[in-house]
Amino acid sequence: MKKAMSLILALSMAVASLTGCGSAASGTAETESAAAGTTFKIGGIGPVTGGAAVYGLAVKNGAQIAIDEINAAGGVNGAQLEFNFQDDEHDAEKSVNAYNTLKDWNMQALMGTVTSTPCIAVAEETNKDQVFQLTPSGSSVPCVQYDNAFRICFSDPNQGLKSAQYIGENGLATKVAIIFDSSDVYSSGIKDKFVEEAPNQGIEVVAQEAFTADSKTDFTVQLQKAKDAGAELVFLPIYYSEAALILAQANTTGFTPQFFGCDGLDGILTVENFDTALAENVMLLTPFAADAQDDLTKKFVETYNKNFGETPNQFAADAYDAIYAIKAALEEAKATPDMSAQDLCPVLETAMTKINMDGLTGEGMTWTADGEVNKAPKAVKIVKGAYTAMD
Amino acid sequence: MDKLKKMNKTTKSNFITYAMVIVAYIIMQVLVSAGVVSSLMTGLLVPLCIYVMMAVSLNLTVGILGELSLGHAGFMCVGAFSSAVFSVATVDTITSVPLRFFIAIVIGAVAAAVFGVILGIPVLRLRGDYLAIVTLAFGEIVKNFINVVYLGMDGKGFHFSMKDTGSLNLGEGGKVIINGAQGITGTPKNATFTIGIVIILITLFIVLNLIHSRAGRAIMAIRDNRIAAESVGINITKYKLMAFTISASIAGVGGVLYAHNLSTLTALPKNFGYNMSIMILVFVVLGGIGNIRGSIISAVILTLLPELLRGLNDYRMLIYAIVLIVMMLFNWSPRAREFREKYSIKRFLNRKSIEKEEA
Repeated sequence: MKKAMSLILALSMAVASLTGCGSAASGTAETESAAAGTTFKIGGIGPVTGGAAVYGLAVKNGAQIAIDEINAAGGVNGAQLEFNFQDDEHDAEKSVNAYNTLKDWNMQALMGTVTSTPCIAVAEETNKDQVFQLTPSGSSVPCVQYDNAFRICFSDPNQGLKSAQYIGENGLATKVAIIFDSSDVYSSGIKDKFVEEAPNQGIEVVAQEAFTADSKTDFTVQLQKAKDAGAELVFLPIYYSEAALILAQANTTGFTPQFFGCDGLDGILTVENFDTALAENVMLLTPFAADAQDDLTKKFVETYNKNFGETPNQFAADAYDAIYAIKAALEEAKATPDMSAQDLCPVLETAMTKINMDGLTGEGMTWTADGEVNKAPKAVKIVKGAYTAMD
Repeated sequence: MDKLKKMNKTTKSNFITYAMVIVAYIIMQVLVSAGVVSSLMTGLLVPLCIYVMMAVSLNLTVGILGELSLGHAGFMCVGAFSSAVFSVATVDTITSVPLRFFIAIVIGAVAAAVFGVILGIPVLRLRGDYLAIVTLAFGEIVKNFINVVYLGMDGKGFHFSMKDTGSLNLGEGGKVIINGAQGITGTPKNATFTIGIVIILITLFIVLNLIHSRAGRAIMAIRDNRIAAESVGINITKYKLMAFTISASIAGVGGVLYAHNLSTLTALPKNFGYNMSIMILVFVVLGGIGNIRGSIISAVILTLLPELLRGLNDYRMLIYAIVLIVMMLFNWSPRAREFREKYSIKRFLNRKSIEKEEA
């Protein structure tokens, strides 16, 4: 009898799980018909677990602030925004899974993905399905190779180009050493273009020293080579956690060149146990500085601090701008929430090239049809533990 | 008579394994054509095929050969990159997609097999855990090596560099195929569920037939007692190398499917690193070491699980870890085994039939 009971239980559980699937499928179909036409569904993809989680979380939080603000102010074209952020663990395969999940949720436009490699894989899918995509921080070139994809940040080569031009035009140095992460798309992308542009700006690249993701704790060899080559300036197209180590190790070896970085260095002042005095006089080219004094930035930083208990970095600002750019494009296109993603895509594509937006990461931002943004890079210098704008 | 009975049992077991794959395929195809499957599931079909192949392949090394390989992702990486280079280079010249993809699969399998032989010849002669150590290093070397390779192609042929794209000196109309850490972009998306299933069936055919062949018995004899096997005249290195090379080439084919399922291919710690190798090992251990059918089932479940748990948001990976632990306990702890034997359906049905006979 007991056996019979357990068998029946097991069978009923199996049946329940199967029918559970069935009802779940029909359930989504119902909500789809109910929700269609009342809200704009914006999807987001980025890593919120794993090694790159800090960027994904920043984007998720920054975007959420923008969504809340827009909804509180009455939404877009009278409709509220709905936001769904999916984890991709900084992996192309998982990113496509996340995208498919959002597709099942009937997403109408995609804000993502956060990191470059997954972004390329997802762009392939959005192009196939004709879904509008705006990446806040996917900076490698192929991220926006299709017409339906745009980005908020500068592309990697563009950052390398702008850095070389800035150093050349301001006569910061003629002998430059580069320390970069050869296993990172962002870092090697910037470095390649910088090296290419350097001769045009009268810069001599005296040393190119690589490290990889597997060996990013000891930089004394790279620093010594840069020192022996007589570098006046060390260019760091890398993220801030490694840069903090480089600055500390340069200090102990008594090597004091000018350090110059890109937007990846943003956040260096918040590294735990890092003596901010070491970052004194470091220059970086970043579109966003958390202590800028304009009203928009002040308000954003304050809200972010209140909601999430930390100072936002550039990724959060990019995401905030991305949501507002989608809003501006939706308004420009006079889109209504009952349009499908496929209907929205072509109108948003044209609308994106027409909008002109003041955001956290730049004033008067415009977009070209090939997906690139036009905005002025801001150079900042760290003085007394704070970013100070340079001109 | 006794022999015949035993033969029938393995044939039956093999038949169940093939039938399971084919039935799963038919069910999914019917559901997909009926349009009731979510995009997430549709997108997961090819990855499922890939991980099933990886699990079967590693089970051949771990379960049948009895050696530990911690670098299976490395073979996958070799297969993925070699085939993707071929596909990207010939995307304009070979216009027939099935032909190009078939050649890509062969290239991936051969490339991985070559590395299997290179690693196997010195290492499989040794006793002890050396294969685990060497394959672990191999996986990391492959990943890091690919991150510094720049490969381009123009009218004059291939150009290779380990510095940057500029030093490739590409001629007019040349294109960069492997762009260092940025990897390969623009691989044609040729992998489909049907191709995946066909390759799984071929894989199973090879592996199951190997296991039940004369060579397979020799391999298992080596696993169970090396000295005894050696004393009856089995060529240890030859059979070990055979199993390991086949395992490597199947992993290479898994890599080919991986490369042709995503438009971007980079060697990150996440997809071709140590973690991936361990992940595949987890599939094998949970499915049962030496149990091919178990590997298939556990690979499917463990690949689906994190995706099906997406509804739990931040707790997703936490729950996944707990499920792993619970499954491991359920499968292997003595108490759980006792419990399963007591309440197994098979036993229940047997009891019924016995009772009926008695009545």
